[in-house]
Amino acid sequence: MLGLWKRHQRRMAPWLFLAPGAAMFAVYVIGPIFRSMWISLYDWDGLGAMRWIGLANYAELIDDEAFYVSLRNNVLWLVLYLTALPAGLFVALFLNQSVAGIRLYKSLFFFPFVISQVVVGLMFSWFYAPGFGLFYGLIEALTGKGVAILAEEDWVTYGIIAAGLWPQIAYVMILYLTGLNNVAPDQVEAARLDGARGWKMLWFVILPQLRPATFIAVVVTVIGALRSFDLVSVMTQGGPWGSSRVLSFYMYEQALSEYGYRMGYGAAIAVVLFAIMMVFISGFIWKMWRDEAAR
Amino acid sequence: MTHRTTSAFALAAALLVSAAAEAQQRVLRYNADYDPIPLAAMQALIADFEAANPDIRVELNNFDHEGYKTAIRNFLSADPPDLANWYAGNRMAPFVAAGQFLDVSDVWAGNGLSESLASAKASMTIDGKQWGVPYTYYQWGIYFNRDAYRAAGVELPGEGGVNWAQFVENCAKFAAAGIDCLTTGTKALWPGAGIFDYMSLRTNGYEWHMDLTAGKIAWTDESVRRVFAEWAKVQPYISANHAALDWQDAAALLVQGKAAHYVMGNFAVGVFKEGGMTNDNLGFMAFPEITPGIPRAEDAPTDTVHIPAGAKNVEDAKLFLAFVASADAQTKWNAAVGQLPTNRDSSVPGDDPFLVAGFELLSSAHALAQFFDRDAPAEMAKAGMEGFQEFMVRPERLDAILDRLERVRQRVY
Repeated sequence: MLGLWKRHQRRMAPWLFLAPGAAMFAVYVIGPIFRSMWISLYDWDGLGAMRWIGLANYAELIDDEAFYVSLRNNVLWLVLYLTALPAGLFVALFLNQSVAGIRLYKSLFFFPFVISQVVVGLMFSWFYAPGFGLFYGLIEALTGKGVAILAEEDWVTYGIIAAGLWPQIAYVMILYLTGLNNVAPDQVEAARLDGARGWKMLWFVILPQLRPATFIAVVVTVIGALRSFDLVSVMTQGGPWGSSRVLSFYMYEQALSEYGYRMGYGAAIAVVLFAIMMVFISGFIWKMWRDEAAR
Repeated sequence: MTHRTTSAFALAAALLVSAAAEAQQRVLRYNADYDPIPLAAMQALIADFEAANPDIRVELNNFDHEGYKTAIRNFLSADPPDLANWYAGNRMAPFVAAGQFLDVSDVWAGNGLSESLASAKASMTIDGKQWGVPYTYYQWGIYFNRDAYRAAGVELPGEGGVNWAQFVENCAKFAAAGIDCLTTGTKALWPGAGIFDYMSLRTNGYEWHMDLTAGKIAWTDESVRRVFAEWAKVQPYISANHAALDWQDAAALLVQGKAAHYVMGNFAVGVFKEGGMTNDNLGFMAFPEITPGIPRAEDAPTDTVHIPAGAKNVEDAKLFLAFVASADAQTKWNAAVGQLPTNRDSSVPGDDPFLVAGFELLSSAHALAQFFDRDAPAEMAKAGMEGFQEFMVRPERLDAILDRLERVRQRVY
């Protein structure tokens, strides 16, 4: 035993260190993924006996209006959430200067990311609230008729995404700020001598050096958009009449909420969401792997 | 290896300690979901129970009201207590069907509850057996602001309320005065179901309503359209933006006189009074009759206590159920909370006009419905309430809404 350890110490040590994390990951992530896939093939209320129905849950999804509403909203989230990248970059460039008290300004801009999503949702709900909401009052003053964003099926998702963008921009900003710290001053100097300024400087000199930061920012933003749940739950609970649902919330509604007793159907929604996420995640992993291999 | 020994040791120690405690007192574990006022009332009830049964100790484990609704599914199978709160009607059906609640028909038979709790027996019965004990209910109806009537120059409703035609006519007058005739806050969906229940009960009657929630009537049927046709008469006078309001926000509209009527349960009286209303300007009336001659039925959601199938101390749990069902215990609990006892031998404090009116309303009713989300199965309830909300904002979509509900009905039942 001891001899074996002595001989293979170098090979075994990394695995030993990985073991606790890997075991946790297997039990709490990998296991549930496969179990969800399994449950999605059953009709089950979470209490009684499970009944095998094969792919019937998925067949039902295809005809389910609410599923398409959720899917459409997820796409909206994904597209609009990506505007956090240019916005975060802009704020980061703006704050990347040395004037008195800049640390304070930076931390103030970072503040929305520090507070909980639930609080952000509550603040924006009040912001939009008919009657006393600031935004409602502003629209009323401008057009004569207030708009209760969270009660309008055409606006509600945009209203929630705007609330989500606020902390997300702060997050992207901090990623770019740290990236900007690592921009090589000599290259900037050299570019300046060659006459590069403004957009050209940004596009050809700064941005290429920010690529690692951009990559991480894209990853966290895409995943953040796909797993959006808390804001929807806090601000509208999917309403009005389900028009602000996203897939993760729809899954919760079907399987776990007050009126949800359909574990199998909820699991099927989760599997679809997982498949969508896998497209992005495998893309990211493939890119990381390629970058590592190229080095 | 060491892990297993320590945990085994801890387990043995725990068993020893609890065994020692049990030698003196038997424990009843009770999971509940009370807000502060009912919690205090239940603690008082438990104190009375323990005084009457000194060898039993009740361990009340109180959950957050909303969180409880999902927690119950876990603890019923993972860590069943001896007693658990829940609701009557179809809301308990999933647990009964899954064998998670114990049949307590013997408690009913042994304590004469079929007589004293007669009004609630039907809603506690599935497959001819009783699955729990009701201890409180409350009336629904229309709460109104008398000051709003004065501001709009509308004559106040008399003793018997108003009739439907008059109500709709009044709504136009309120609208002219810039007051919402009817307010609601459907962000959490269920307040809209209260309006639907009354539209349905008053248009087609209790038996029809029960058939509808039991899935025996198609949502696309002409009789359903009659309900929505009546509803459409007041739809323009319902507060705009109600989909973004919580029920308490809408209560504020009534308190401020920006709205005249609110279809609500009696628990809202506390909120109206906190907002500054008094018995002088807050009024209550039964929902007006729509189809003449239909026997008057009311919504009266009933709260209940059950014994989980996995309970360890069933015998004492049954004692507790019998105690909760007793007239004295219900009189005390409901007086403290401001709700109505389900035991017909209980009494109601005479100085609360809303309780007196509610008691009168329910005891003279033809029949009592639980509430849409307790009478209909969960999935139907959810889809229905979304449909009601949508109808109140976009009445022109009625056909699409009813088609959708009909599809849900065909899948659920």
